[in-house]
Amino acid sequence: MILVTQVISWLIVVGLFTTTAHADTRLKMSTTTSTQDSGLLKVLLPPFEKANNCKVDVIAVGTGQALKSGESGDVDVVFVHARTMEDKFVADGFGVNRRDVMYNDFVIIGPKNDPAGIASAKSAAEALKLIAARQATFVSRGDKSGTHTKERELWKLAGVEPKAAWYLEAGQGMGPVITMATESRAYTLTDRGTYNAFKGAKTDLAILFQGEKGLFNPYGIIAVNPKKFPHAQFDLATKLIDYITGPEGQRIISAFKAHGEPVFFIYRK
Amino acid sequence: MDFFSDSLRTAFELIVSHDLDVISAVQVSIIVSICSTVIATLFGVPVGVAIAVTEFPGKRAIITLLNTLMALPTVVVGLFVYSLLSRQGPLGGFGLLFTPRAMIIGQTLLAIPIITNITMSALKGADTRIIPTAQTLGATHLESMLQLVIEMRFGIMAAVIAGFGRVIAEVGVAMMLGGNIRGFTRTMTTAIAMETGKGEFAQGLALGLILMGVALTVNMALNVLQQR
Repeated sequence: MILVTQVISWLIVVGLFTTTAHADTRLKMSTTTSTQDSGLLKVLLPPFEKANNCKVDVIAVGTGQALKSGESGDVDVVFVHARTMEDKFVADGFGVNRRDVMYNDFVIIGPKNDPAGIASAKSAAEALKLIAARQATFVSRGDKSGTHTKERELWKLAGVEPKAAWYLEAGQGMGPVITMATESRAYTLTDRGTYNAFKGAKTDLAILFQGEKGLFNPYGIIAVNPKKFPHAQFDLATKLIDYITGPEGQRIISAFKAHGEPVFFIYRK
Repeated sequence: MDFFSDSLRTAFELIVSHDLDVISAVQVSIIVSICSTVIATLFGVPVGVAIAVTEFPGKRAIITLLNTLMALPTVVVGLFVYSLLSRQGPLGGFGLLFTPRAMIIGQTLLAIPIITNITMSALKGADTRIIPTAQTLGATHLESMLQLVIEMRFGIMAAVIAGFGRVIAEVGVAMMLGGNIRGFTRTMTTAIAMETGKGEFAQGLALGLILMGVALTVNMALNVLQQR
């Protein structure tokens, strides 16, 4: 019995220690899954953490949820990709100092035999129209993420309200959606970075439509407004933003490769 | 693709290579689960004993409530605690969201109904005459209760093990309240969910196998303690 008490009290001490020992400077950043899942943050953040003797806590969720946690003041900085939602976030007073970080693009992927024949489409909207006309299966993120927001915009442009058995709303992240689309031989809209990480071993779907201006996918970083949330670590958040948009951060982003291919592109200044 | 043999090999590689991310996830899982199980035990066992040995109006209603709480989805507990701990919530000032302590709070709430309930059921089968007997021998009310608990230690241990099993295996609370922060709040289960999302099925399953190994070790340790 004494042994049991000893073991338990030791564990509690260790537990309290490990859960409080990290209480030094921690910057909380909510971000989209693509920045984490691509592996970019693993190389981008450590130099900053080292230089500023801090830890950046990454909470990777969809862009909608990432902005939500900024709106409730639960994070210090958000790093997302949905320009209209970002602008609203700033306009509503939740964020300040929004900066462009990098970009890549969205692509429409699908089975190689392309049953809806979208490869010859003139625009992304036309490609979606063809999918709808053919009633080919399409997997949607359905999670208010940046990619989902872009997809909704495209359906609107196409003049189609996708509400039918062929339109599957997954409510999941980009990775699970590519997996679902692969299993159900369906089309889906994805960012190029996540697709690059999946192609080959994890999916045999191919890029069938790409290269349109409207498929541009810019990433922005925003500090949470310290006037609204006095507890937010605004100074450190600003330092992080300066670092990521500065020469060192930009160099790391442009040098970052997955499967030998670049994932994100920086703006030429 | 042979996920299973792939994942067996990956699990083995992760263990022999002392992968730092895996070690940290195992640590966070164990520490958070044990802390919440201990706190839930300190609350659930006395309450379970009290409910079992006393008769009061509304007892049946409380038992039904406890049974219902056992069926509570982990994400609901997560969402509930999230609403309390968010900066917009009543306890927001403590800044606990996305820390291991937030996970401990959520998992404690998950484990309490199970531990209380199983303690209560274990005592149902007990010979409660032990209490008056102990009291005639000069024990105080509290001492006689303690005697009953010692007598029923196997049933109570079963309650603790079930509570631990619930919290170490859950992903809803850990993901929502911890945020799956690498090296800080990433547990075995949130890591598995993340790897699955990335399409790394073998890696996910490998982590699952390691989690089973960890659970086996903890249960064997508890088993040894029980034999004493």
